[in-house]
Amino acid sequence: MIDPIFLVEAMVNGVLLGGVIALLALGLNLIFGVLDIVWIAYVDLVMLCMYAIYFLVTVHGWPFWAAGLVSLGVGALLGVAVHLLIISPILTSPPVNQLLATGGLLFFVQSAATLLWTTDHRSVRLSLPSWEIGGIFIPATRLIPFGISILAVIGLYLFLTRTYIGTAIRAVSQDREAMSLMGASPQRIYVVTSAVGGLMAGLAGALLIFQYAVHPFFGGQFGPLTFMVCVLGGLGNMVGAFVASFIMSEVIAVGGVVMSTEMGYVIAFVIFIVMIFIRPGGILARRQ
Amino acid sequence: MTRGRVLAGALLLVLLLQPLIPLGGYRQYVLHVTIQIFIWSFIGSAWSLMGRFQLVSLGHGAFLGVGAYATVLLWNVYGVTPWLGAVAGMILAGLLAVVVGLPCFRFRVVGHYFGLVTLAVGEVIRLLIIAERDWTAGSLGLTLRSAGGDSLWAVQYGSKQVFYYGSLAMFLIGLWIWHRVDRSMARAALESIGEDETAAASVGIHVTRFKLGITVLSAALTALGGSLYAQAIAYVNPETLAGIGVSLKIVFAVVLGGMYTLLGPLVGTALTTALSEFLRILFGLKLLGMADTIYGLLLIIFIIFLPDGIYGSLRAALARRAARSAGGAGVAAKASV
Repeated sequence: MIDPIFLVEAMVNGVLLGGVIALLALGLNLIFGVLDIVWIAYVDLVMLCMYAIYFLVTVHGWPFWAAGLVSLGVGALLGVAVHLLIISPILTSPPVNQLLATGGLLFFVQSAATLLWTTDHRSVRLSLPSWEIGGIFIPATRLIPFGISILAVIGLYLFLTRTYIGTAIRAVSQDREAMSLMGASPQRIYVVTSAVGGLMAGLAGALLIFQYAVHPFFGGQFGPLTFMVCVLGGLGNMVGAFVASFIMSEVIAVGGVVMSTEMGYVIAFVIFIVMIFIRPGGILARRQ
Repeated sequence: MTRGRVLAGALLLVLLLQPLIPLGGYRQYVLHVTIQIFIWSFIGSAWSLMGRFQLVSLGHGAFLGVGAYATVLLWNVYGVTPWLGAVAGMILAGLLAVVVGLPCFRFRVVGHYFGLVTLAVGEVIRLLIIAERDWTAGSLGLTLRSAGGDSLWAVQYGSKQVFYYGSLAMFLIGLWIWHRVDRSMARAALESIGEDETAAASVGIHVTRFKLGITVLSAALTALGGSLYAQAIAYVNPETLAGIGVSLKIVFAVVLGGMYTLLGPLVGTALTTALSEFLRILFGLKLLGMADTIYGLLLIIFIIFLPDGIYGSLRAALARRAARSAGGAGVAAKASV
């Protein structure tokens, strides 16, 4: 019998982790939903942003918040670069070629990171407090990223619903051919979408470096999970992705305590597979 | 056609005699690389049985892992001959394909969703292997228990020539199976399903049955490839035989070579393997990561500029030239093979 206090602590950790996963899922959902191309290497962009912060803070002595802002810029630039260099030429290619182009990017980025920075794990040392509430420890290194990610999610929601460009993005994700007929330029929407998606990756990188060491294969740790959350929530459905993030992170956190770390992920993935059959359009989609 | 047969015969003769070519110290290395090419070409052909019909699987690493681990575990723990272990692996992979494929096809999971479901399956198998480390040895991988010498029963031989001919034979069998599917009524049915599932169903094609059949066949053959790989290498590891990494590499080789042609997977695998080995030798540990960096970059470039794959693009170019030289008098028949 597992001490209930461990279960509660796992659930709290699940919520805190869910916030950052939500960031990843929403950024990917934006790109996936609008362009309908699977950016397999999305989380590897996050890995590059984490490295940017590591070097600025640890090697060059920048304050963390300034490095975080640079990370946002790096993420946005990477997003645009990936779109212009790789995605644009293959917009009309068969899905498998689109998949493999970003798969090649995954190999390229991972290997380039290995070449430049070796396979050592690097982390940023932050001296932050940890609070105890009723026997449960809540470290600031998890609480702060959670808070910021919630703010970012709210910001993204406002951007998509209250700005002209945001409305255009949602319109393209619904029907890109009709949008062309309306005179709007999908190409410009694509670039903006990639930039925003990249920005989200940069922010996620800044928040993940709080609690994880960065290494060239970091993308393998969160990549598949991000895809599951994205599809589980429903492509183009931001609220669904948000909800799915917390469901998945809870399963992983609690499963990791009850069984083992790997089994937590196994259960999460199995749940994803089953949900795809039950709710193909996402957990919040109405049955057609 | 006659010219094609002569060329094929000549190529086969060269392949049969290759182990006898005096290469000195390089012979073992060349044999090793060639064995790898045959095994992965076989696996690539198995994958393309699904891929060519728009069933793009990102989880074939799961079937590979099931086949390899079943064979090794049955031998190491129970002393079951790999001949039966491979059969068990194929059956298990087939069952896994049914468990995953049946709901997918019944509930119309297609396109990206199918790809991601298979990706999840690949990760599940990889993580299960790691999680069950008490009997699978997890991330450390498993070494084949030695039979104490050359043994047909244990499929263990010190000489690489045996595995060379074994993998060549299996590769040829894979080509034959691919060819048989290509010439069957199932091909027409599956192609129409890939283009428009609803229209195919409306003319009486049993969509679920055809998709499930090709999926089970592909899974079983992939598991067989995993078994031979395990015997040839004598070591299995969840990272090299399951999960997204190996699945992507399978897809890369096939698509680069051209998945709609008989020899596409062979061309793709030979090129990616040769490229990988060349870069590894060139850079090795002096510039750790440089080899794979260039490799990844070249993959991206190939995918963008040669959408039909290298072999597929070459054939298309030759077909266009033939059509042009005919002066438009006749329609160039689209011949496969």
